Amino acid sequence: MRKEDNFSLFGLYLRRFFSYLVLIILTLLCLVPFYVLFVNSSRSHADIQKGFSLLPGKFLITNYKSLLLDKNLPVIRGIANSFIVAASSSLLSVYFSSLTAYAVHAYDFKLKKLLFSFILMVMMVPTQVTSLGFIKLVREVSFLKNTYWPLIIPSISAPIVVFFIKQYMETALPVEIVEAARIDGSHEFSTFNRIVLPIMKPAIAVQAIFSFTSSWNNYFIPALVLAEVDKNKKTLPILIAQLRSADFLKFDMGKLYMMIALSIFPIIIVYLILSKQIVSGVAMGSVKG
Amino acid sequence: MKKKLLSLIFVMVMIASLLAACGKADDETAADDKNTADEGKVLNIWCWNDEFQSRVKDFYPGYEHNDSTGEGKIGDITVKWVITPNENNAYQNALDAALLDQKNKAADDNVDIFLIEADYALKYTDSDYTMDVKKVGLTDADMSEQYQYTKDIVTANGKIKGSTWQATPGLFVYRRSIANEVLGTDDPAEVQKKLADWNKFNAVAADMKASGYTMLAGYDDSYRTFSNNVSGPWVQGGKVVVDDNIMRWVDQTKEFTDKGYNKKTTLWAPEWAAEQGPEGTTFGFFYSTWGINFTLLDNSLADAKAAKEVGNGIYGDWAVCQGPESYYWGGTWICAATGTDNVSAIKDIMLKLTCDKAIMKKITEVTQDYTNHKAAMNELANSDFQSDFLGGQNHIALFAEAAPKIDMSNISPYDQGCNEEFQGAFKDYFDGNVSKEEALQNFYTNIKVKYPELTTN
Amino acid sequence: MAKKKSSCVRYTKWGYIFLIPFFLVYILFSLIPLVSTIYNSFFENYRAAGGLLQVGPNFVGIDNYIKLFKEYDILMYTTNTIVIWLLGFIPQIIISITLAAWFTDLRLKLKAKSFFKTVIYMPGLIMASAFAMLFFSIFSDAGPINDILLSLNILDEPFRFLSSIAGTRGLIALMNFLMWFGNTTIILMAGIMSIDISLFEAAEVDGARSFQIFRKITIPQLRPILVYVLITSLIGGLQMFDVPQVLTNGKGLPNNSSMTLIMFLNKHLYSYNYGMGGALSVVLFVLTFGLSLLVYFAFVKKKD
Repeated sequence: MRKEDNFSLFGLYLRRFFSYLVLIILTLLCLVPFYVLFVNSSRSHADIQKGFSLLPGKFLITNYKSLLLDKNLPVIRGIANSFIVAASSSLLSVYFSSLTAYAVHAYDFKLKKLLFSFILMVMMVPTQVTSLGFIKLVREVSFLKNTYWPLIIPSISAPIVVFFIKQYMETALPVEIVEAARIDGSHEFSTFNRIVLPIMKPAIAVQAIFSFTSSWNNYFIPALVLAEVDKNKKTLPILIAQLRSADFLKFDMGKLYMMIALSIFPIIIVYLILSKQIVSGVAMGSVKG
Repeated sequence: MKKKLLSLIFVMVMIASLLAACGKADDETAADDKNTADEGKVLNIWCWNDEFQSRVKDFYPGYEHNDSTGEGKIGDITVKWVITPNENNAYQNALDAALLDQKNKAADDNVDIFLIEADYALKYTDSDYTMDVKKVGLTDADMSEQYQYTKDIVTANGKIKGSTWQATPGLFVYRRSIANEVLGTDDPAEVQKKLADWNKFNAVAADMKASGYTMLAGYDDSYRTFSNNVSGPWVQGGKVVVDDNIMRWVDQTKEFTDKGYNKKTTLWAPEWAAEQGPEGTTFGFFYSTWGINFTLLDNSLADAKAAKEVGNGIYGDWAVCQGPESYYWGGTWICAATGTDNVSAIKDIMLKLTCDKAIMKKITEVTQDYTNHKAAMNELANSDFQSDFLGGQNHIALFAEAAPKIDMSNISPYDQGCNEEFQGAFKDYFDGNVSKEEALQNFYTNIKVKYPELTTN
Repeated sequence: MAKKKSSCVRYTKWGYIFLIPFFLVYILFSLIPLVSTIYNSFFENYRAAGGLLQVGPNFVGIDNYIKLFKEYDILMYTTNTIVIWLLGFIPQIIISITLAAWFTDLRLKLKAKSFFKTVIYMPGLIMASAFAMLFFSIFSDAGPINDILLSLNILDEPFRFLSSIAGTRGLIALMNFLMWFGNTTIILMAGIMSIDISLFEAAEVDGARSFQIFRKITIPQLRPILVYVLITSLIGGLQMFDVPQVLTNGKGLPNNSSMTLIMFLNKHLYSYNYGMGGALSVVLFVLTFGLSLLVYFAFVKKKD
């Protein structure tokens, strides 16, 4: 009996050691690219060409300045543009998705089942497959052409966000609360704004973060919608992708790494601050899977 | 249930298409309030990099550049630069869309000047989107000192549709130090004798390899010398034709790759640029006029921010010779867009930058670029003009000799797409991923996606 | 009774009103485009002469579809997409399920769990285009990775990742793996934690080993979630674009082996070839809508 215990204890230690080993390897795999990025964004073009070094260089500020001075690569404008688009889409997305989910959750009406089934059925259909008609529409309607509207307005209808918020409502929003508000004479719309939204805050926050990052990172549709606008109006991912194809931007690798760093590190910092909520948000949305 | 859903969708689509139609109606009314003044206050210049911008900045009298906005001023006209990088056809796609939309835009948003390259010049000059330069105000006398080929290339139906400040004969640029070590001389005339034809060139490549150097850096380095000496254009009667001479490039490059005579890089890759710097071990590059001062010079420096002079990197270690075959590479033409509201400003820019002897001579003296003015260039060719960057050589003399020989008769509007796709497809062959036939097949496949109207073998 | 009914009707109105924004926008920006995509797929409609000459629209029936399969070899692009997706998905699912089991293993008691979770989820939030540009730079022929491999004498000469089919596909798969395995791990963890704990307890009383518990209880109980992960990942895989597009500069080299379906679609959209782009989109729509319905009927519908 005792022997067996020792044996299984030894096995447990071995398994634990192995688990940590794998986790550390995976951690390194996740972090090394970003470390290399950090190191190279702090070195000069000539140093980078001489080979890799494990320690950062002294050109962080120099690279940063030369990037900001590069009029062909308006990175600050790109960040601002991306922020405008991502922030407005994420706000619209969570507000109207909550409203949609609320309509299905709190009211009983004839077409409810049909409409909600429709939302769930198209939930997984990616926007890419309708992008041709979408781009054609954008190119033909002057109100949409070469503007941010086609990147912002569609986020009002985000089936996946509706689905997740509806899931949350089922556990967090008893219909009694709504009925109590009605008895108090609250208008339906203000009930939603004043009572429902605050209750939904945790779910809304998580979905807002996801909507923000997916819009912030989006490249395919913006690249097509903004193909013909001036470089000062392009969003960040488009500017990044241009690094790959534009000949004349390649002559300073330090600057190039700095540009990538500027587009990656802010998100990482925000993520590290909010990581708890984000990670639990992923789990929350999936339990029902 | 299904029927209900369908009819619902249908009704909604109807409503929405009504809405969309409203959007369109707005569009048309907006087009009416245009700036109708004779001379617009905004000059929009479309290009793909900042080369032309720096020419205007440095040599166009009265141009003031505002570094913080990236815009400029000529008198009371604001100059706006619309720079769209070149690859994947992004520049032309954006330009085409802007030109097709020219009628619907306010005058100040119209394309006024756009730049084009030889590779696709015909596409624009053979269309109504470019203005006859005579209508802009240039006369035959103004353009009499331009090299003939620079006018031929932008001539469609007897009308000259553009004007350029540069002529772009190509040469072979090599490292003097490596020439001294391997060939025993760095004198351009002596080196030229050793590189006079492809057999001699290949023999030198073997010597370079034996001494630890490579003859060329990348697969595409010698491409232009072959593609510019073809017997017919890329597209003949709607069909893509691969010329024998281009296949000769394929064979030579494959041989160079397999024997280690090149560094397997591709044009414009960071590794390719690095071969032109202090760490490089490549003997030489095929470059035309602009490449020498616009690309090679910058790449050869050790410290890009320090003064461009001997001692900084391998500045001064270069020299040029004719090479095995004459060719040209590139060239940028200024076109006036139909519908512009800045005709007189365009006329003045064309006159000053592409016809004015003093200014063009100055451009060459300052930037070492080769300008499109025969008299000015011949003066420099026969003077004691010398380039520090090229170790004191008077490269203008070589250019002046090569420029009149350029023959631009075999161009097609599809050259850029064909060249790009061909080089891309055959990179796989050189890398050993596919056979020659497969590479050719990939080229045909990709060209049909790019140009659906063309047929292939 | 009568009063209640009327009040119900009064409120019902608001259910419809609150749904208006969603459906209006959905119709405008998804359904109309879908109808227009399908409609366009039956027309010849592109710009010739390099972009300045409009050809069509001329009705051509299903010519575009025939061309798509015969001349343009859509099957090759589909194969590329699926192969690259699998290269990333197989390690992703194996690693994720292992990590999820470890994180939830009561006997193993791993420390710093939230640190590891934070780290492995991080790549998923990175801008894919920037991530691809980063990989392009550090895996280039003279980039840091080759520098390191050379200086450690692991390689004699630089490995040219992007010139080899395995290298290019491998890099894309590696990036997809890094961007998704954290997400999958967390989803599977949530799944494992929702399994009835008495099942594990009973197994332990019976003296089952960890691996036996994993194989006999965890996996079968997780099956629905695993299928969910598989299908959603496949839908995501079919949309693969940013990473290969930026990594190969839109060319899909070598030998078109990293040209995905959406990259191919992008070529047509970019060059205003609405007919061919439409046909390709319809094929993609059928594929993804089918998979989407599978998710709907297998998971969402069951709930009701």
